[in-house]
Amino acid sequence: MSFAFYLIVALTLAGGLAAVLLRNTVHCALALTVAFAGLALLFLGLDAQFAGFAQILVYIGAVAILVVFAILLTRSSEAEQEGVFSKSWLVGLVIAAGVFAVLGWAVLASARALPWQAAAPIVTVRDIGNVLVGRYVLPLEIVALLLTAATIGAVIVALHEKERTR
Amino acid sequence: MLGEGIIKGMLETAKNFAGSFVSEERLTTVEYPEQRIPTAENARVFPFLVYDGPDWQAGLRCVACQICEKECPPKCIYIEKSKDKKPDFVGKPQIYPAKFDIDISVCMSCQICVEVCPFEAIKMDTQFELATDDRFGGLLMDRQQLAKSNEYYHSIHPTEATEVDARLAQEKVAAEAKAKAAAQAAAAKAAAAKAETPATGGH
Amino acid sequence: MAATPISVTIDQIFILFRDWLVHFLPVAVRPFAAVVLGVIAIACVFPGLFALTTVFERKGLGRMQNRLGPNRVGPFGFFQPIADGIKALTKEDVIPFRADAVVHFIAPLVLVVAVFMGFAVLPMGRNMVLVDMDSGLLFFFAMGASTELSVFMAGWSSRNKYSILGAMRAVGQMISYEVPLLLSSVSVVMIAGSLSLTKIVEAQNHYTGIFPHWYVFTPWGFAAFLMFSIAATAETNRSPFDLPEGESELVAGYFTEYSGFKFALFFLGEYLGMFSISGLGATLFLGGWSAPLSFLNVIPSWIWFFSKVMAAIFIFIWMRGTLPRLRQDQLMNFAWKFVLPFTLLNLVVTALWRFMGEGWARWVVCTAILALAYVLMGRTGMHRKKIGPRSYRYAE
Repeated sequence: MSFAFYLIVALTLAGGLAAVLLRNTVHCALALTVAFAGLALLFLGLDAQFAGFAQILVYIGAVAILVVFAILLTRSSEAEQEGVFSKSWLVGLVIAAGVFAVLGWAVLASARALPWQAAAPIVTVRDIGNVLVGRYVLPLEIVALLLTAATIGAVIVALHEKERTR
Repeated sequence: MLGEGIIKGMLETAKNFAGSFVSEERLTTVEYPEQRIPTAENARVFPFLVYDGPDWQAGLRCVACQICEKECPPKCIYIEKSKDKKPDFVGKPQIYPAKFDIDISVCMSCQICVEVCPFEAIKMDTQFELATDDRFGGLLMDRQQLAKSNEYYHSIHPTEATEVDARLAQEKVAAEAKAKAAAQAAAAKAAAAKAETPATGGH
Repeated sequence: MAATPISVTIDQIFILFRDWLVHFLPVAVRPFAAVVLGVIAIACVFPGLFALTTVFERKGLGRMQNRLGPNRVGPFGFFQPIADGIKALTKEDVIPFRADAVVHFIAPLVLVVAVFMGFAVLPMGRNMVLVDMDSGLLFFFAMGASTELSVFMAGWSSRNKYSILGAMRAVGQMISYEVPLLLSSVSVVMIAGSLSLTKIVEAQNHYTGIFPHWYVFTPWGFAAFLMFSIAATAETNRSPFDLPEGESELVAGYFTEYSGFKFALFFLGEYLGMFSISGLGATLFLGGWSAPLSFLNVIPSWIWFFSKVMAAIFIFIWMRGTLPRLRQDQLMNFAWKFVLPFTLLNLVVTALWRFMGEGWARWVVCTAILALAYVLMGRTGMHRKKIGPRSYRYAE
């Protein structure tokens, strides 16, 4: 638990908080990007190089841009919210607390289940690749199918709109 | 095949690049102001006044008839007539312009003043490097700045100037012939009148 | 010719210089100081190259267009970047009233930081890489992806319709061409067996006779290099893919509202992006710092690396002087309907190459498949669009 770790944690938390507390929606999206970057740094701090760089490549390079595009194309970014807290904040708080409790229990239970190791296992990209096409090939193919379906769906939706405007 | 056009285009550009170091045709830049392209003969920029002979005031062809002032579309010419007269190229006393100003920030180089002048006094100059930082006074050319000699006119528009000179010489010859005829007629009339009085006079 | 001690010294001169400098410091800070010196070197060399490239570009483009480039400042105009730098620094920094000041300010910073990070993994000579990472290639692409975000931030924060349009187009273009870029690099990774750029260069540093084992000399490598170059040109918003910053279409696209030093930072970011992606292309396909013929190894490795990068830059400039700008839909069509399928096919051909084993058979088969695919796809693409000499309805 070094100084760098606390710094990264502070950055991630600040990004996450800013993502829900800021008024301007695009600012929220950019703060979310900072939170993603913090997560990537945490991965790198754990020596998970592939996960960290894939996080930057996918989340910051694609998901963040997707979020920003979605905001831009579905609402006028001029209109800023009146208040950032919704009316049903109590229900939201309860649900968030519940999800946090479940996740926390799962993480702690798994830490107890794993044997205590002096050093973290060094996982190279080669190992990840082997495991992906060996033991976890079924989830890989399902994810690929899901992505294909999503892409085809997007193309069909866009095609319909093009035909309607013609 | 895909990409053929790109390759051909790139070869052409490469020829341009390499050729620009060796051939004139592939580097057409003229580095102004160290190098200049000579202007064409019928180039025109702003008007100037022609004078014959060495003295610009005595030889000025303009007789302040004010036709160019009236015909100028943007009205950039300002003429003031003189009080006295001076002899012109055929010897006849004519008035001359005491003031002849052209505002070249207004002049649009239409050449109408040149076309209407009956005395071949105003012609188009080819000088264009007249930029100055004095926006009003520096662009107002007066009589002395506008007066340029006939030799200068020959140097910038040789064919036109020779034509004009030929025409003026013709007019001068015609005027002299007319003057001689008039003088002969007057002398004949005086002789006839003198011949009659001794006839009617008598002893 | 074997590497003589003198040639090895010159080859490693920067490393030896850095080690000598670092020896003056206590042992504890030596690794840190070594890295800092490397960072200082990169931060000085590449902007210097950028200044040189701007003047080369203007003079090169001028010569290709039958005119001289700038030739007044300094001998043959080579001090022009100094004049440009002074102009950029002393111009007034105008921020539009309704612009988002914070995002407007940090957009060029994010761009320049992300682009500079990419240089950290490029091996610029033997033993001359700043950080030798195991997944160096992935890091490089991650940094490249971050530049897209800064482009969008720049366009959106200006609150200007031309900027937003330019930013959307730029981001769409960069995302479309990122997939072929990555996939063409994956073929190299498949054959080299590692994501580390130093290992990829090592794998290419062998010679049969005098000819090198660069990947560009293999059929799949040549196809991948071609697709990589096209995608790299599009990633850096370079002609003919420079519609987002087209001066005649969109004023200046996403950096319309930037003036003075921030504009210079965007310009710097774009050119540095060009350098880093040329460096990556040289590393992946052209053998990085290895010499083209085995007896030329006397010439230091860093000279070879920078020569390859400058050759790539010259080709970029050449293409800019030759090709007209692609329209946005033509650009996207090209990416998704030609470059991406060709890159996917190239992956399959690379796998075929790997599993067919050594010999002339795999050369013939792979070349035949790729050439056939190129010709067929080219023909179908062009046939559908009916590209040919233009005909006019009323003028004839």
